[in-house]
Amino acid sequence: MLWNAILLSLREIRRNVLRSFLTTLGIVIGVGAVITMVTIGGGATAQVREQIASMGSNLLMVSPGKRLGPGQASGTVPFKVSDAEAIAGNISSVDAVAPVSSQSVKAIFGNQNWSTMVTGSDNQYFRVTNRSIGAGRPFSESELRSGAAVCIIGETVRRKLFGGQDPMGERIRLQKLSCEVIGLLEGKGQSTMGTDQDDIVVLPLVTLQRRIAGNQDVALIQVSVRQGASTEKVQQDIERLLRERRHLSPSDDNNFNVMDMKEIAKMLTGTTQLLTALLTAVAAVSLLVGGIGIMNIMLVSVTERTREIGIRLAIGALEREVLMQFLVEAVVLSSLGGLIGIVLALISSVWLAAVLRVPFIFNAGIVLIAFLFSAAVGVIFGYFPAIKAARLDPIEALRHE
Amino acid sequence: MKIDGGENTQSKSGRRLIEFRGVTKIYGEGHSSMEALRGVDLRVDEGEFVAIMGPSGSGKSTCMNILGCLDTPTAGTYMFTDVEVGKLTRDQRALLRRHYQGFVFQGYNLLNRTSALENVELPLIYRGAPAGERRTRALEALETVGLKGWESHTPGELSGGEQQRVAIARAIVTGPAVLLADEPTGNLDTARSREIMELLTSLNYNRGITIIMVTHEPDMAAYGKRIIRFRDGLIASDEQNEGDR
Repeated sequence: MLWNAILLSLREIRRNVLRSFLTTLGIVIGVGAVITMVTIGGGATAQVREQIASMGSNLLMVSPGKRLGPGQASGTVPFKVSDAEAIAGNISSVDAVAPVSSQSVKAIFGNQNWSTMVTGSDNQYFRVTNRSIGAGRPFSESELRSGAAVCIIGETVRRKLFGGQDPMGERIRLQKLSCEVIGLLEGKGQSTMGTDQDDIVVLPLVTLQRRIAGNQDVALIQVSVRQGASTEKVQQDIERLLRERRHLSPSDDNNFNVMDMKEIAKMLTGTTQLLTALLTAVAAVSLLVGGIGIMNIMLVSVTERTREIGIRLAIGALEREVLMQFLVEAVVLSSLGGLIGIVLALISSVWLAAVLRVPFIFNAGIVLIAFLFSAAVGVIFGYFPAIKAARLDPIEALRHE
Repeated sequence: MKIDGGENTQSKSGRRLIEFRGVTKIYGEGHSSMEALRGVDLRVDEGEFVAIMGPSGSGKSTCMNILGCLDTPTAGTYMFTDVEVGKLTRDQRALLRRHYQGFVFQGYNLLNRTSALENVELPLIYRGAPAGERRTRALEALETVGLKGWESHTPGELSGGEQQRVAIARAIVTGPAVLLADEPTGNLDTARSREIMELLTSLNYNRGITIIMVTHEPDMAAYGKRIIRFRDGLIASDEQNEGDR
């Protein structure tokens, strides 16, 4: 009987290809949207996780001011190099400490110019930020001490300024400073915040302070904690040490900030997941709307096909056979819609993943769930029209024009 | 007779197939009620070709609906062989239609955009016949009605007469005990009508299919072996058709 119902439904669907297609459109879009959202969201979450891992675990950012970011209160007391040295010297479990200052500067080479972020630090910087020098060499001790005009550039800067040319040993101009390229950083891609981590020029801190910034300030101290040690403990130790060094009385608030990058990353992952969930919910609503669309068309179809149902009943179709036929028709339609939706979703996910630069991760679970859900939508929304069809009086139905 | 039974055995002439005993049908209730049939007694034996005539509102359509188990009598009994139809459930009546009755309507009532073959196969699908048998029997039925080679045409591509032939093929494909035809020539011109009547006559004569046909055209009724006239919900006359066509 089920096989018969499937046979009859398939004939019916074939008889009305256009109507059938329009009926399924809602489901196609619904299923497609849900799968795309979940896939892209999953890719984005995975990407954030990966970036957290690449950022170097156990990274602490120590910055002056009450909180990180813009809008810092005026009169913020900046750090000095000695603060970084104190942290490195006094706190156990610290793996590396890098004092950092940066400034946005236009870099010029030949007739090419490119606005980039110039960062002053020392060799610890590469260790803390988990970066390696792909070509060339790190700074020497004397270069760091004397503030020599040497720099290590990121991949983006190399591409913008040098194109295919070998940058090693060339001199680029940063404001009034002409400095020699001694190294090239290995590419790292986009950061969690969406900034290009390869758009960077690294100078010795002293060089940046004297020749570009014109002060002795350190804007940020980056600290990496030794593997297996507690970041919370180190965070507290740093706070205690800096309060002492900055002569804060117990009633004063911290006028600096120690942030655990892992916390920020966790927050970002959470945000990504929340956004994914929200978008998926919206997509799921469209799937529901698609189901209602199927019900509408099936109801119209029952009215339109009243005479046909009359013929079937007169020929000897049982009530439950007519019910089955319409139900199976709805399920077949919605499942077909689901299948088309899955195919479209995979295509659009691959494309979107490429455009948004997130990895494409195939999620078999959501594909299966979406398919089953689309079939269920057929059953739920097909039932009412099917009952209506089955209960028709054959005499009335045959008279229907 | 078993309702769920399979094939109808070739009927022998003379056995009672249908019997109405005081069949009454009342539509509506109270003052607005309308008596369509007022205690009709009628017996049709296997192998008969009955033409039912009568003006509009005489009760002939109601009679046909009850014969076809689409409707049940308000009072009286309708025996189909030895089954009392009035006591059957809706599904049991559907099964009775499926296995023992064939229908032909004035408006053909074929499924649109569906090939002649698939239309004829339809009753066999409900019977659960396997695909191969379904096809063979549908092709046979189409050949019987003279539409060999027209299997793949849809109703839209067929003339009225041809559509009615497909409908007749659909009605006889299951080998029914009785063929119920409601104004089968009502939409056709005279020449086409005669062809259809000759087809029905030959089905009755060669295959022994009992035929009960409603018509308002005396010319068409004349093909019947027995002519029953309805008036005001009662049988006004019931006579064997002696006249040679």
